[in-house]
Amino acid sequence: MLDCGLDMTSTLNFLPLPLVQSPRLSNLPGWSLKDGNAFLDKELKECSGHVFVDSVPEFCLPETELIDLSTVDVILISNYHCMMALPYITEHTGFTGTVYATEPTVQIGRLLMEELVNFIERVPKAQSASLWKNKDIQRLLPSPLKDAVEVSTWRRCYTMQEVNSALSKIQLVGYSQKIELFGAVQVTPLSSGYALGSSNWIIQSHYEKVSYVSGSSLLTTHPQPMDQASLKNSDVLILTGLTQIPTANPDGMVGEFCSNLALTVRNGGNVLVPCYPSGVIYDLLECLYQYIDSAGLSNIPFYFISPVANSSLEFSQIFAEWLCHNKQTKVYLPEPPFPHAELIQTNKLKHYPSLHGDFSSDFRQPCVVFTGHPSLRFGDVVHFMELWGKSSLNTVIFTEPDFSYLEALAPYQPLAMKCIYCPIDTRLNFIQVSKLLKEVQPLHVVCPEQYTQPPPAQSHRMDLMIDCQPPAMSYRRAEVLALPFKRRYEKIEIMPELADALVPMEIKPGISLATVSAVLHTKDNKHVLQPPPRPTQPTGGKKRKRASDDIPDCKVLKPLLSGSIPVEQFVQTLEKHGFSDIKVEDTAKGHIVLLQEAETLIQIEEDSTHIICDNDEVLRVRLRDLVLKFLQKF
Amino acid sequence: MSGSTTRRHREGDGSDPPVGPRLPQLLPARAGSSRVGLRGSQSGLRGLSGFPAAAVRLRAPARPGRWCGPGRGLRRPRPAEQVSGERGEGSRPRRGLGAGRRGGRAPRAAGGRPDGHLRLVPSVGLGRPGRRLPQGGLPRRDPASPQSDSPTDAPPATESLRTPASRPRGLSAWPPGSRSPPRQDWQDHPGRGIPSITMDPECSQLLPALCAVLADPRQPVADDTCLEKLLDWFKTITKAGSSLLLLQENPCLVELLCHVLKPQDLSSRVLSFSLRLAGVFAAQEDCFQYLQQGELLPRLFGEPGPLGGAAWTAPSVRSGWIQGLRSLAQHPSALHFLADCGAVDTIFSLQGDSSLFVASAAGQLLVHILGLSMQGLAEGHPSLQAGDWPVCAQKIVGHIEESLHSTAVPQITQALNVLTTTFGHCHDPWTQVLWVRLSPLVGSLLEKDPVPAAHSLVDLLLSVARSPGLSSSSCGLWETLAQTLNHLSPTQAGPLALGILKLQDCPQVLRAQAFVILLQPLACVLKATGQDPGPSGVLDSATGDSLTVDVLLSSKAACVGLLCRTLAHLELLQPLPQRPCPWPQEPLLGAAVTLLQLCRGSASPASDVGRHLCALLLGCVRVQRAALDFLGTLSQGTGPQELVTEVFAVLLEYLRSPDSSPTVLKKAFQATFRWLLSSPKTPGCCDLEPHALLVLRELLPVLQKRLCSPCWEVRDSGLEFLTQMTRHWGGQAGFRHALLASEVPKLTEQLLRDPESYVRASAVTVMGQLSSQGLHVTPVSPEHPGGQQKSLLVELLHILSTDSEGFPRRAVMQVFTQWLRDHHADVAGDTEQFMARVLQVASQDLDWEVRAQGLELALVFLEQTLGQFHSHCPYAVTPPVAAPAGSLAQALQPLCRVRLFEFAFRALFDCDRPVAQKSCDLLLFLRAKTASSSGSLEESRSGPDVASVEAALQRWQAGDQGQPLGDLEPEVVLAVLRSVDLEGLRGALAEGSDHMEKSPQSLLQDMLATVGVLGENEADCY
Repeated sequence: MLDCGLDMTSTLNFLPLPLVQSPRLSNLPGWSLKDGNAFLDKELKECSGHVFVDSVPEFCLPETELIDLSTVDVILISNYHCMMALPYITEHTGFTGTVYATEPTVQIGRLLMEELVNFIERVPKAQSASLWKNKDIQRLLPSPLKDAVEVSTWRRCYTMQEVNSALSKIQLVGYSQKIELFGAVQVTPLSSGYALGSSNWIIQSHYEKVSYVSGSSLLTTHPQPMDQASLKNSDVLILTGLTQIPTANPDGMVGEFCSNLALTVRNGGNVLVPCYPSGVIYDLLECLYQYIDSAGLSNIPFYFISPVANSSLEFSQIFAEWLCHNKQTKVYLPEPPFPHAELIQTNKLKHYPSLHGDFSSDFRQPCVVFTGHPSLRFGDVVHFMELWGKSSLNTVIFTEPDFSYLEALAPYQPLAMKCIYCPIDTRLNFIQVSKLLKEVQPLHVVCPEQYTQPPPAQSHRMDLMIDCQPPAMSYRRAEVLALPFKRRYEKIEIMPELADALVPMEIKPGISLATVSAVLHTKDNKHVLQPPPRPTQPTGGKKRKRASDDIPDCKVLKPLLSGSIPVEQFVQTLEKHGFSDIKVEDTAKGHIVLLQEAETLIQIEEDSTHIICDNDEVLRVRLRDLVLKFLQKF
Repeated sequence: MSGSTTRRHREGDGSDPPVGPRLPQLLPARAGSSRVGLRGSQSGLRGLSGFPAAAVRLRAPARPGRWCGPGRGLRRPRPAEQVSGERGEGSRPRRGLGAGRRGGRAPRAAGGRPDGHLRLVPSVGLGRPGRRLPQGGLPRRDPASPQSDSPTDAPPATESLRTPASRPRGLSAWPPGSRSPPRQDWQDHPGRGIPSITMDPECSQLLPALCAVLADPRQPVADDTCLEKLLDWFKTITKAGSSLLLLQENPCLVELLCHVLKPQDLSSRVLSFSLRLAGVFAAQEDCFQYLQQGELLPRLFGEPGPLGGAAWTAPSVRSGWIQGLRSLAQHPSALHFLADCGAVDTIFSLQGDSSLFVASAAGQLLVHILGLSMQGLAEGHPSLQAGDWPVCAQKIVGHIEESLHSTAVPQITQALNVLTTTFGHCHDPWTQVLWVRLSPLVGSLLEKDPVPAAHSLVDLLLSVARSPGLSSSSCGLWETLAQTLNHLSPTQAGPLALGILKLQDCPQVLRAQAFVILLQPLACVLKATGQDPGPSGVLDSATGDSLTVDVLLSSKAACVGLLCRTLAHLELLQPLPQRPCPWPQEPLLGAAVTLLQLCRGSASPASDVGRHLCALLLGCVRVQRAALDFLGTLSQGTGPQELVTEVFAVLLEYLRSPDSSPTVLKKAFQATFRWLLSSPKTPGCCDLEPHALLVLRELLPVLQKRLCSPCWEVRDSGLEFLTQMTRHWGGQAGFRHALLASEVPKLTEQLLRDPESYVRASAVTVMGQLSSQGLHVTPVSPEHPGGQQKSLLVELLHILSTDSEGFPRRAVMQVFTQWLRDHHADVAGDTEQFMARVLQVASQDLDWEVRAQGLELALVFLEQTLGQFHSHCPYAVTPPVAAPAGSLAQALQPLCRVRLFEFAFRALFDCDRPVAQKSCDLLLFLRAKTASSSGSLEESRSGPDVASVEAALQRWQAGDQGQPLGDLEPEVVLAVLRSVDLEGLRGALAEGSDHMEKSPQSLLQDMLATVGVLGENEADCY
């Protein structure tokens, strides 16, 4: 199984979980059907024309009906965003396999899960809505609830215990490490350049190579650069995890982010940045580190609020080997690789596990707050939205591309604060993909259907699709796709004793052949040719031979023949040996030599020769010997 | 230690060379008495100070002389004898040279040839200093003039002409025997009696040593710019006088030319130099004959010379050979020479030389030879047919014809380039004959597919079309041009179409055809995006060209290249009076907007071609820049309102987009400003029209954001844009209202503290302007009315005194100057305090531009204090207005109080010349202004104040500027003003800083010294 991401967009259908009692949210009117039936009014609330489920947010799990996840042997994780569904799989499906991931992926993934669990568990909600999931009722609901898919499979968030259990099943791997999977294939993680420890995977046998390219980046950000060279010569390249915002250039967006931030703060407003506790935030803090002095914002406090803020900032500094070259070299100076250490030292950046506690006493405005969750449905961000949403001086800047910012903002309407959408997605865009594919030249590309056509809203943008030759094979949800290659060869090892016994014979310059008699031993998908067991010597004449003791190699082996018979020379030879009245006929496959007197036919074809004579065994043997003279034996 | 130091030491009076920069000797040395020198009249003072000469030293010692190349100043000062002396085996001291130099003038005619005849000295071997003729040994120029041994008898100018060089015998032009040239009587020289040669005796004396150095392969000339300068000098000399006489008086030159021919390991640059030098000399026919007699020229330029040798592999030698011939080919004899030595064939082959410089020079030489050979002939026989042309011309034309027949593109290109140069430079009637003869061949090139050497062909056709010597209509040029337009690819046809449209007289049909071709790419863009090419019909007829579409879609590079060229061509064409009429303004506007949309991906083309174009152009910065420039240019025309709305929409889209690169953004700002400027005005009102105001309201938030950009270029562009807008509409209510309602002024003020100096400078300029227009309004507390306004002045003063970069400080000075001119409220309140403060800060600034701007500020203050400066217009009649004495003193008082004079006098001795010049101008203006009233105002010429001021000035002049002048009285100022030789100072400052060192003598000394330095370095190394 390649990755197990969690679809969190389902949470957008739920009301936010406020940290403190929100009169506004608690007083939202219940929703009733058109006929006035209000049996759902406890579960569904209406806010500014949108209907939300008033319950603990639920997540959409990976597809489980198509495949029995208990039969999955291995899960390969690309990056920490792509493992958020892991507890659901490892703990609830009978999964007994192994999960492979790099260390930073596991550690930061743990942080993300921990934050998620913390965000949801610290605001316990007694109510759990389930009525609306009834298919007959769901049909009556307004969009987008009406169109939500597989709502019955939506689940509440996992627990920390499940997280720990899931993570314990992960086996850590390093870049370029070769891992044997049951002897059948070898898998290798490669740096993908997108996040700390993010990987692409190569799955290869001796004669086939499949590359799995997920969230990758060619930009120079903090992680190790993408390893492109190892992706070459792939039979199939499975491509996914491209940028979600192909029209937004990350550089421009960072500039936009800084400009809007400065503009707001200079006007006395606060800036709220809903974000994950790891990833782009490191780059943003680095940009701001350079920018704040130039923009005269040195006095503005930056707050990073997350249950895992401290761990995230510290982890980032210790994963030196997973960082880009520049940052790696800093470690040896020694300097912290990321400048946010200096921001923390100089008190320009402060981090807190939550709103409660120290933060309340340190808090001063105007300020910039980085906090989660980007869906605006849980986490400390909910509080800041409620707090600052009423003033037009404040700004919320969306940098994570995973959620539609308009949908995220829906339960906060009407909103006075400014909203800026600066999605920073450093993953590959289509131009970069084209270059990558030209460089890597896989025989086939397999990708989601969405990548093979321009976005529906911009149908003229031919540049916003994968353009490669041969055209990429696309797949859609629940579709079964046969990868376009056949396994034609297996590698077989020959035991040294057997190899010693072989006597190769050169049949053409550079080509030697040898006959092998051996036993093929197959175990764990490995094939070994072993010497045949020695014939058991008859211990005495008394014992009767058993039929099973008839060892094939005891028979006289006929030599193998090779070569071709030149017809003219063959005819001349025949004549020399007294055959006369020889006729040669050309056939589609070769020749027929007709010995009319002897009433014999010699049929010479590319891979067979037949001597057809009428019960004259002596003649046949004579002719056979003449034929054999032209062939090599071994 | 520098080369200039060396020279100064040599030419000096034996005293130690001055250390560090020296200031002009403005005032006389006041030994003991403070009255000395100042008592005299103005002229007397000037005489005493010797200012002009001394003033030169203000700059000269501080910088190496122009002749002195880098690395040549390491040599220690050497006595003149040592400099001039031979090195190596010629270690014997050169007789008489040093003495002659020390003694000032060289003795004339001592030991010279009284008969005035030149006799070449026989060779006695290379490198050995031969017996030197006595100084001034060849007084041949004017045999009638009395000869004297006294070095002081002759006037210097004449003497410099007559003094010969020393003559080492080491280099001989001619071996003894029959090949020696005949003695030539100088009296037969046509230039006899004319003081033509301008080589001074010092140079003549240095020349043999230099020639010996040049001829010595062991002493490489490290810096070939010296050789270039040397050549320039010889060109100057030969231009002014007889080359023959020069050679005769300096036989070392001929010897050098002979010497380079010997098989040896001579550097290619010296060989090249010698070839060029020979060409320079041989440009005069008599000198040519002279050199011919020694068969020197055939040996230099013919087969026996470097042509066949290993040295020929050096491009510089080939280039020198061509340039030598180019100089030489000035007279009919040269043509024969070229024919005899087979040079023309070599030039043909050099046209394809691997060095582009050589190839280009070869082509130009061919053109020159062709013109020369036709020169005499064409005047006499204007209608001469090509068949009757001189042999040389026939040969060249034949070669061109042959090349045009060739299938090899490089040969065709060479031929076309030669023809282009010919028609570009020569407009004699024979060029028409030439064109008539060659045009069929040129036309036949068009029949090939693809057309070979298309760019050169276009150049040729345009050159012919522009040639006034050709009657275009009679020689079928228009037809050829029309044909060419049809045959060339769209990329190649663009420049030709533009060239045709720029022609003054050209058939309308051809112009129309050219315009259609020029517009084709844009027409394709419009068609591909499903737009109407407009009612004008011009673009309509340009739409169908599939070839253009093919080019556009072939590759990104081709598409971008073609579109950028087209846009640039149209941009050039738009403002021209001969631009096509009617000008398709609307479709062009539409095309520019569409292109910009395509580049952003915001266009939605319906066709496949459009989609393909969109994919090619997406994010293409080059096309964006070109289209924005073009869009800006189109603002000079008009367009329907909906199109203008679209223009503003696309501009706003670009300004808003986070993906716009800084350069694109800057161009978008510029285009926006131009369109705002061109938006229709309400009659009788200068304000922005309502639609433009709406745009402005959308623009200001964008600008706001851009001012916060992390990219300093963007912030700077934003501020520049704001400056432009404020300058134009700062007084208009609509603009003011919109601006004040935005955060822009506040943000701009914050940018005064930007970390980037350019941005700070721009912010200073904008703030200055906003303040002038009353747009810098921040909440003012009732207790301190005007307090905020005041703070800007304080802030700017703070920048002026503390900013580490020059740009913001300069900007502050400019703002202050403008404020003073405009009687800005802050300044007008207490002008004197303002002036005193600013001048005090500016005078200490390390940036000369700030100090110069301070003088500008001082001048404005002066004008305002003393009344309007009449000399603003040099032609205005300025009636003498004699100010009453009292009022003058009164008027000068404020100047004294703000210490303007101290600032100006200090600037007078500024180490940067522009500041000193400006100060000089200011003081001269002041003196002129006060001159009329000087009689009535009693000058305090002899007061102790004057003396102390003069003493201080002297100290300043000597470099000690520490002591201030103190409070000055107007009378003292006037006295000092009159005592200072300002005119002299101005004259001296106008001189180039290197004029002292820029002499041929300096050059020769430098070159010799360089060789010495090389030798010393070698010694140091081993």
